[in-house]
Amino acid sequence: MVHLTVGTESEFPPAAVQVLDARGLLCPLPVIRTQDRVASLEPGDRLRVRCTDPGTESDIPTWCRINGHRVIGIARAEDEIAIVLEVGGGAV
Amino acid sequence: MLAARVVLEQGVHVEGLNFFTGFCVEGHTHAIRKRDRTRPKRNNALWVAETLGIKLHFIDVVEPYKEVVLNPRHGYGANLNPCLDCKSFMVGRAFEWMQPRGFDFVVTGEVIGQRPKSQRRDTMPVVARESGAGERLLRPLCAKHLPPTLPEREGWVDREALYDFHGRSRKPQIALAERFGIEDYAQPAGGCCFLTNAHYSAKLEDLWRSRGTRDYELDDIMLLKVGRHLRPRPHFKMVIAREEGENRFLRGYRYRFTHLHTVSHEGPLAMLDGKADTDDLLLAARLVARFSQGRDAERVEVEIGVKGREAEVVAVAPLPPSEIPAEWYI
Repeated sequence: MVHLTVGTESEFPPAAVQVLDARGLLCPLPVIRTQDRVASLEPGDRLRVRCTDPGTESDIPTWCRINGHRVIGIARAEDEIAIVLEVGGGAV
Repeated sequence: MLAARVVLEQGVHVEGLNFFTGFCVEGHTHAIRKRDRTRPKRNNALWVAETLGIKLHFIDVVEPYKEVVLNPRHGYGANLNPCLDCKSFMVGRAFEWMQPRGFDFVVTGEVIGQRPKSQRRDTMPVVARESGAGERLLRPLCAKHLPPTLPEREGWVDREALYDFHGRSRKPQIALAERFGIEDYAQPAGGCCFLTNAHYSAKLEDLWRSRGTRDYELDDIMLLKVGRHLRPRPHFKMVIAREEGENRFLRGYRYRFTHLHTVSHEGPLAMLDGKADTDDLLLAARLVARFSQGRDAERVEVEIGVKGREAEVVAVAPLPPSEIPAEWYI
């Protein structure tokens, strides 16, 4: 897992990472939005989820683990968390 | 969790479903309020799924669930909780979800006699019938008190290895959890739904009364979870943050509502829901000043932002407690 900086995509080519804005949403909505977006992506695609609910820092990685996706990195700023995940091979 | 574990034990493939109605207590208040930030931040459904080693699917039912809340066929429980209709609705959704995906039956953790409204011997068939799941609804924890279902008759599960729990005591469930080595589990008994909460239900009823219609949007029911709610006049109410976490949450709503915050002193962000004339806005500003650090000052400056207008700062005297009747609190 790499350390990311909120608001930048320096570790990934911009085209390789889609962005989901889940700021202002409370658990479990950020996970639901992530689930719905991932369903439209291909295995290997990467998604950056921007959140403000501190619960997402554990919920999205847990959701990824149980559904076969991989968390590439998590970044934290004072009021924001960004999680980059890679879509796994299995269906959601 | 236990019901899934019992079925997993028999070698059945199980996947979890979690329905988001908007009324879930899960995570929300803990995420919002700073004082709760020391609590573990975990979604219990996800935690259970990971503990059991099964997949979990979230299903957003905010829109279709309105009909359950607004027009429950079987009425409400002690508050605005339509538990029996809710159960039929969710089992029905699970049944719909499973069919195109090749699953054979729905499993729930219901126990006869556990809940006074929705888990009685006479309501168990109601849920099976009204959900449409019928004989494909298995309740492993109390199956031996019920007629054999299709999964039992077909031998997909061994009825003899199911349970005969009944009544309000959770001791048998706790003992079974211990046998499975499960030491941590979510607190049961209605604690997962705001509709079972009397204060929350009062705020929802106030919302319907003030609007003259029984309806809601997701934002409405989310805002009922946050802040102090006061209705100084029939035509408007105030939602006043109680601490920094709620301030931060309400900031996301400030451009949709008339909003007020103190600028001369530390204080809360407040939303005004309804219609307010100039006198109402001044009253609202005095009320917000009352809940600020300037509560004992002679004057407090309050910024008022009205949609479509430039924000305006007014200097007001904080409203003394004697002028805030208890009836204003919803």
